Amino acid sequence: MSDILGSMISLAFLSQVIRISVPYVLAGMGGVFSERSGIVNIALEGMMLNGAFAYVLGTFLTGDPVAGVISGVLCGMLTGLVHGIVSIRFKANQIISGVAINLLSVGMTKYFLKIFFDSSSNSARVAGIESFSVLPYNSEFADTINGIFGNPLIILTIAIVVFSHLTIFKTVFGLRLRSVGEHPEAADTLGVKVNLIRYMCVILSGALAGLGGVWLAVDQHQFTDGMSNGRGFIALAAVIFGKWSPIGVAFGCLLFGFAESMQITLQSSGADIPTQFVQMIPYVLTIIALAGFIGKSMPPAASGVVFEKDN
Amino acid sequence: MNKKRELLIEILVPIFAVLMALIFCDILILIYKESPYRVYKLLVEGTLLNPYGIGQVLFKTTPLIFSGLAVAFAFRSGLFNIGGEGQLYMGAFATAIAGMYMPSSVPFLIAVILCIFVGFMSGAVVGFIPGYLKARFGSHEVINTIMLNFIVLALINYLVVSYFKVPETLHTEEIVENARIMRLSAVMPFFKGSAVNLSFVIALVTCGIVYIILWKTKFGYELRAVGLNPSAAATAGINVKRTLISAMCISGGLAGMVGINYVMGYKYYFEEGFSSGLGFMGIAVALLGRNHPFGVILAAILFGILSQGGLVINAVVPKELVDILQAIVIICVVSSNSEVRRILSKSEK
Repeated sequence: MSDILGSMISLAFLSQVIRISVPYVLAGMGGVFSERSGIVNIALEGMMLNGAFAYVLGTFLTGDPVAGVISGVLCGMLTGLVHGIVSIRFKANQIISGVAINLLSVGMTKYFLKIFFDSSSNSARVAGIESFSVLPYNSEFADTINGIFGNPLIILTIAIVVFSHLTIFKTVFGLRLRSVGEHPEAADTLGVKVNLIRYMCVILSGALAGLGGVWLAVDQHQFTDGMSNGRGFIALAAVIFGKWSPIGVAFGCLLFGFAESMQITLQSSGADIPTQFVQMIPYVLTIIALAGFIGKSMPPAASGVVFEKDN
Repeated sequence: MNKKRELLIEILVPIFAVLMALIFCDILILIYKESPYRVYKLLVEGTLLNPYGIGQVLFKTTPLIFSGLAVAFAFRSGLFNIGGEGQLYMGAFATAIAGMYMPSSVPFLIAVILCIFVGFMSGAVVGFIPGYLKARFGSHEVINTIMLNFIVLALINYLVVSYFKVPETLHTEEIVENARIMRLSAVMPFFKGSAVNLSFVIALVTCGIVYIILWKTKFGYELRAVGLNPSAAATAGINVKRTLISAMCISGGLAGMVGINYVMGYKYYFEEGFSSGLGFMGIAVALLGRNHPFGVILAAILFGILSQGGLVINAVVPKELVDILQAIVIICVVSSNSEVRRILSKSEK
């Protein structure tokens, strides 16, 4: 038991927590933007999957990981646009739209996997993204630090969290965004273009979740069938757990990442603790948070409600 | 006039949606450099034009009827149950365990009814949780059912892996002889070789029962009233909270019956991953069937055809084509609702 505790306070464990949390944080930020503007986003899962596939395809076709990242983000945005059109233009139930987009993403990525890689399970291996070295030494400590602070995607993720917080709480756009999610009619009366803001947010949401998917593909250097593996739903859980605030959600993601790392550590240590129960932690915590035991978790008032402009 | 128009919408929307989905899939088939005509011909021949195909379609239809009914039932009370996956796993697992430990002295019919009852109740327990949380704390059932899906799947994985699996497999031991549901081919040689079993008939009967509950009983009336307008229902003296909890329990119970087709009628054991998304497909079935028990049957048959059809066309195009087709149908159904209404109201002006 003390071995397990020992391995949990190591640098390697910390780095594992961060690496696991990155895709949650990215998709979680996407969830915050979308839900704050009033669009419920169950489709995070599908957006991640599409982003991961597009990264691999883009990198495979061009040989350039940067092009891969761009195509991953674009593909996420496209998925967000579909969710936006269905739920804003066609006023459809946003939850059903999300569920359908998730099913669609699973089907489409598999279909194109067959077309481009002639396999129903995984793609060819592609290049990842090189870390640059912050500490030019050769020690375990330096390697870990380089692995975290030298990784462009991790730096970008931290920047995105700060950017999201500032945008939502410190800018005029953020104020409008929140008003659209809380009381669209009032926002509309004041001249805010409700649906335009919702479109922007759901597309941004797709970009961020897509980037989360890119991380997964970069990490594994390939696409495997269904590789998002429920991560979009963990991100969604973190959005609720973090009460729809970027910083809160980021900490929620780290907490869930911590639980997952613990599960991996337990599994490899061969300890006689059923890992399935550790696996449940994020979901149980979310249900408890939603029921109001850890301070009431209240969604934006107009989240999921179609905005109909009076004529 | 208004009623006629509503009916027209109910019929037009699904047809429009299926047509749109077919057009989208045509494009995908063309990308794959195949002829859509050939693919659809193959699909129809493999599913509807031979007895084995028809039997397999009905076999795939059976669980979809139950999961579609589960979603539709909750919908009628205004709740959105996307926890079908968790509920059906719990139900199927409990059915298998009940069947395993059923004393072999229990006669056939009683053993079967007991196993189905256990499955229903276990699904109902999983459905109760989000129902209770909704009624007591107002927490949204969609998030809670999603979270419960993961919790239940992890729990059952733990139980199967740690206690109940047959070594070297991921399935439980077989249920006793008396708890098995016979294949239809035993009485109808027409279906020879296909896995369709009496569960299909049980599914049809369940649809009838759900119809009677929803439209011919006081409880069903109250449930639909709550679904249409909870505050009006409360003013009229209906106990909204109790109705919501009961609706989620029954919805979960119906999902809990999804597994009888597989566990009692096909493999005779519970296996990890047997469902592969039946709970989510239930949403599509309910949606396309307009949340009506009889609509659910028709929609389940359509999705049964697609599901079996995927296997048939796999030699020509990737079978994922039917997954895409199903997803597009859902998107088109929810999208065309407002569009069809708009077009109809324009044409009336």
